[in-house]
Amino acid sequence: MTRYVARRLAFAAFLVVAVSSGSFVLARLAPGDFVAGSLGINARPETIERERARYGLDKPIAAQYRQWLANVVRLDFGTSLLYDRPVRELVPERAANTAILAVTGLTLATLAGLLLGSVSATRRGGVLTGAIRAFSVVFLSLPPLLTSLFLVFLAARTGWFPISGIRSSSSSPAGSTLDLLHHLVVPACALALPLAALFERLQSQAMREVIGERFVLAASARGVPWSRIVWRDALKAALRPVAAVYGLVVGTLLSGSFAVEVITAWPGLGSLMLDALRARDVYLVAGCAGAGAVFLAVGTLVSDLALAMVDPRARE
Amino acid sequence: MGQVRHLGRRVVRRRTSHGRLFGLALVVVAALAATAAPVIAPHASNRQFPGLLNAPPTWPHIVDDRGAWRAPFIYRWRLVNQLEQRYDEDRSASLPLIWFKGGTLVQSSDEVVAPLLLLGADSFGRDVFSRLLFGARISLGLAIVASLGALLIGGAMGGAAGYVGGYLDDGLMRASDFVMVLPAMYVALALRSVLPLVLTSAVVFTLLASIFAVVGAPFIARGVRAIVRSERRLDYASAAQALGASDLRLLLRHLLPAARGFVAVEITMLVPAFIVAEATLSYVGLGFPDPVASWGTMLHDAANVTVFADFPWLLSPAAAMFLVVLGLNLILQDGTPIKGVARSGAGVRDQAASRLGYERPM
Repeated sequence: MTRYVARRLAFAAFLVVAVSSGSFVLARLAPGDFVAGSLGINARPETIERERARYGLDKPIAAQYRQWLANVVRLDFGTSLLYDRPVRELVPERAANTAILAVTGLTLATLAGLLLGSVSATRRGGVLTGAIRAFSVVFLSLPPLLTSLFLVFLAARTGWFPISGIRSSSSSPAGSTLDLLHHLVVPACALALPLAALFERLQSQAMREVIGERFVLAASARGVPWSRIVWRDALKAALRPVAAVYGLVVGTLLSGSFAVEVITAWPGLGSLMLDALRARDVYLVAGCAGAGAVFLAVGTLVSDLALAMVDPRARE
Repeated sequence: MGQVRHLGRRVVRRRTSHGRLFGLALVVVAALAATAAPVIAPHASNRQFPGLLNAPPTWPHIVDDRGAWRAPFIYRWRLVNQLEQRYDEDRSASLPLIWFKGGTLVQSSDEVVAPLLLLGADSFGRDVFSRLLFGARISLGLAIVASLGALLIGGAMGGAAGYVGGYLDDGLMRASDFVMVLPAMYVALALRSVLPLVLTSAVVFTLLASIFAVVGAPFIARGVRAIVRSERRLDYASAAQALGASDLRLLLRHLLPAARGFVAVEITMLVPAFIVAEATLSYVGLGFPDPVASWGTMLHDAANVTVFADFPWLLSPAAAMFLVVLGLNLILQDGTPIKGVARSGAGVRDQAASRLGYERPM
């Protein structure tokens, strides 16, 4: 087990370094740079040269990369050219917003998915099962891009929920948590609905298989109440497939939250990355990508360990 | 008990086959609409009607105000409020629809004043329905080309890794594991932004197709590798080898065809993912340039929330996307047997993911 954990940790570290370095180099290789973009076409060549030198953009790419790497080791991630603030301050702020969104979405989806999946697996036929099934088929075909568009449309039409941003400008500090939750409804649901459908299908299939097993028949023959068999024994035994897919879901969650953030103007990592890429803000791009990679590494690490605990076969 | 269970299973099976037929119908309709776009669409994709910005759909009527039945006709829109862009039906004059004129299926009899706008007009006064049809060509075409690219790359990688084994296998599979773990949307974003922001649509098409192909390839490579590895140990493979088949022939003629079923399923999952990915990239302005009609650029035009809350027909590309993805998902519904994967024991994660028709990269 120790070796397994060590190997996964090494992979996680590699992931973070590779992703942030890769995006740094890609953003640097892109034609046009921040200075040319921000000063516009009429700037004098001397001004452009001076600004480039100020940001360290005049050096060859290898030298700039080495410089950046040396700074990163000292936990200096550079200064965002676009916002003129240290990347170290800017990124965690936005990353926290993304984390709120992603964790809420994932929690909602897991709860709804496991519950609905268990219900639809244990009742054959009937209106409820049919309704759950229809829900899943529909929402499996609605990626976060579409759910967020439709939910924003609904919210704008009904006026029940705010449709953009993370807090209202007039909110008092006391009501700020409530305000945040109010703003969270649309983006979190947009992210959670497709995932809930996925978990429901997985759980339903796993549950149906477990209920066919002989230990369920044996327990039922001994007179254990059916609801107790379903919610205690079978549910536990059927958790494996959902646990197994969690690792894949982390990446999907980040991709999905990108679309949701852009559409609902949620100030998260995805929209920051987009702004940074558009403005060719190399340090910010690398910082965002690094933060995303940390999310990813932690997510896969946790889900791998969880799976290894549930199912020893996964350790190989 | 046995009887009941048997009956239940039969009912369920019949129901899924209905769903599958429905899904097939959706996909076929979309494909036909995309192919026949120049004939079905009433207007060119970039034709603007300056007096009809954000005009609502003109529904064809068959009963007029006096209750008499007539051939399908439409009423023209009259601008009521310039600022709010509100329109009113002008019921004083009706315009009959004209069929098969000038190479298009159906048009209104007065195209200049009252064009046929089945799904309304966008903020430039362009016909949304026509753009939707032409956009289907780009969006669906891109997704199909990208999936074929992913098939080519993934098949080659998986075939080589499974057949040769050893270090090559290790290296290729590590690389594809790495790509699979990354959030594909960000990879596509980063790769896309390496090139200039404004490119011609042909360049964008090629670029996006190759990015998507690279991102999607590992999903195919892993399964193909597992199938090739396990098929290689079977008798028919040794028989072919004993008869003097070369390595390449054995791989191409005998082993890779065994992955057909798996690849078909996988492509049905990649296509919707790529449709959505194109839409996301175009939505944020990193996809196709604006005048080109794709489902993503159409959503980009509607991007302003206040706009699509008042003019819901601008969301029709989202609805179209949903229907196509739903169709593909329904075709895949429940337990399409994935040949070879179960036999080769491709790992818990793969099985869990592929059984459900998930495992989509985007």
